[in-house]
Amino acid sequence: MSTPTTYAPTPVRSARTGVGVVIGAALVLLAVASVFTGVSDVTPASLLRADADSHAQFLLLVSRIPRTVAVLLVGASLGIAGLIMQMMVRNRFVEPSTTGVTEFATLGMLGCIIFAPALPVVGKAGVAAVFGLVGTWVFLQVIKAIPVRQLVLVPLVGIMLGGVVGAFTTFIAYRMDLLQSLGQWAQGSFASVMAGRYELLWLAGAMVVVAWVAADRFSVIGLGEDFATNLGLNYRRVMAVGMVVIAVITATVLATAGIVPFLGLVVPNVVSLIIGDNCRRAIPWVAGLGAVFILACDILARVVRFPYEIPLSVIVGILGAGIFLWLLLRKGSRAH
Amino acid sequence: MRLAVLGCAVVLLVATYLLTDVPGSLAFAVKIRGMTVLAMLVVSIAVGTSTVVFHTITANRILTPSIMGFDAFYGLTATAMVFFLGSAAFLNADAVTLWIGQVVVMVAFSVLLFTWLFGGKRRSLHLMLLVGIVLGTLLRALAEWMQRMLDPLDFQVVTDAMFASLSRPDETLLMLTGALVVAGVVALIPLLRILDVLTLGESMAVGLGIDHRRVVMGLFAIVSVMVAASTSMVGPILFFGLIVANLAYSYVGSFRHRFTLPAAVGLGMVCLVGGQLVLERIFGFGGALAMIIEFAGGLFFLYLVLRKGAR
Repeated sequence: MSTPTTYAPTPVRSARTGVGVVIGAALVLLAVASVFTGVSDVTPASLLRADADSHAQFLLLVSRIPRTVAVLLVGASLGIAGLIMQMMVRNRFVEPSTTGVTEFATLGMLGCIIFAPALPVVGKAGVAAVFGLVGTWVFLQVIKAIPVRQLVLVPLVGIMLGGVVGAFTTFIAYRMDLLQSLGQWAQGSFASVMAGRYELLWLAGAMVVVAWVAADRFSVIGLGEDFATNLGLNYRRVMAVGMVVIAVITATVLATAGIVPFLGLVVPNVVSLIIGDNCRRAIPWVAGLGAVFILACDILARVVRFPYEIPLSVIVGILGAGIFLWLLLRKGSRAH
Repeated sequence: MRLAVLGCAVVLLVATYLLTDVPGSLAFAVKIRGMTVLAMLVVSIAVGTSTVVFHTITANRILTPSIMGFDAFYGLTATAMVFFLGSAAFLNADAVTLWIGQVVVMVAFSVLLFTWLFGGKRRSLHLMLLVGIVLGTLLRALAEWMQRMLDPLDFQVVTDAMFASLSRPDETLLMLTGALVVAGVVALIPLLRILDVLTLGESMAVGLGIDHRRVVMGLFAIVSVMVAASTSMVGPILFFGLIVANLAYSYVGSFRHRFTLPAAVGLGMVCLVGGQLVLERIFGFGGALAMIIEFAGGLFFLYLVLRKGAR
């Protein structure tokens, strides 16, 4: 990550532009496909039939388009959360779900359900975000305590931290007889997303913009604290901004769609394989590829057992874990 | 000496668990609770010995078969069987045949996996740990995918197959598992000395005339059988083996398997029976033992990993 930016020779660059165009095209195609995927009859034809068929239009506006937008926002923002986290920790293999941040946020949500069930979703997401912040902070402290910073030790410790917090959450839910409802909303799925129930995600979208504006600062953070301070950067403040970005994205996604594992890890790594490590340049790529990845998964989740839907997190889990394993074990990976 | 103390502690705990706080007929309570204790014994033997053996052949003290995704694979095979054969075939088939089939598949898979991961060049311990944890996630997600595709009846069959809890063991299952575990122990006894030699490292063991590859394969197979058997009975307990094995090392203060193996089993019994006693009689909630082990085990694991990182 600390390698200086190298400017690629032209042929490589045009090949990259090609990949970029492919991602853009896939994004548009999948978004359209996503809008027209579902049980009810919503097709271009049914929309054009202007007569009495306002049902299709109603569905489109209330269910299909909000869902597609929500999926796009989640994919883009989770990718960015992973990227920012990787810059902050200076480790390629971290993201909110491998560092315990997601589990802390889940604990916060569970607390809301127990102590303030009447709280509106915004309030719950707010509490979850605060817990997510605490989680990020705890993780950073634990990482600081590791004397030898081995590449794979960091995510390992993060996953275990998440496991411990997760076990605690499960235990509380078990004692309070909330295990089932915990499973219900923590499982990543967009099945219940419609107009009025996803708007919180625009906040996650806003965080993507924040990340883009601050991209160069995160690049400098990636060079290490001493270096960043030498360059005149307020290290602590940029770290704080990063923590807020991560916590807000994690919490809003959790409150609306549940847990979506590994996405923030896999997407930035794949992007880095394609275009290298320039943070500002990577951000639109990560956002775009994240959206493409999750759109494809969501369509698959709806199609594979039509007319029923399987949870998106299952599909993302399989693909994400598979790609993660490949990243770890492939030849030339620095993890060895 | 220390083993004798441990043995006494186990007997004492078991007796307390069986004989105190009996609401009705003593004989009935002993019979019901005896089944639970028997299940705990089988699990302790299977998990304790297999973890210690696994530690010896992979030359580490943190990896366990469970952490390498092993019980996740068990869940996947059970699901796949129902998925492809249907629950009717699964329920009607001869239990023993099914068992043999499942154990054969598991052993084949694990030997393949472990030779792939551990057979080639040595990778870092932390990398292997991470690979194991992610592999477990992957296999669990695959199993969940299949479970989502099942109809509710088939799904129920799978769930029952995977979550036979410690406190209500199925009698036939317990007997089958017990038989397999005993077979595993019998197979291990003549290998005790070889295991001690393996602790010295691969090159030393080869120098002392051991067919390293063949022995390790055989040991992997025994470990696979034992873990498959115990997982099928109680479901996944990720960190139990890790705790028990490491406690055993520091308790006996020796690496000779003659001591560490029984110590691991005894400590497993102390954890399970003692934990159940405390939870049931003092706090009044019985079913949460696995969760508590998971929580404590996670913390212990973090401690081990961090300490290992400090070296």
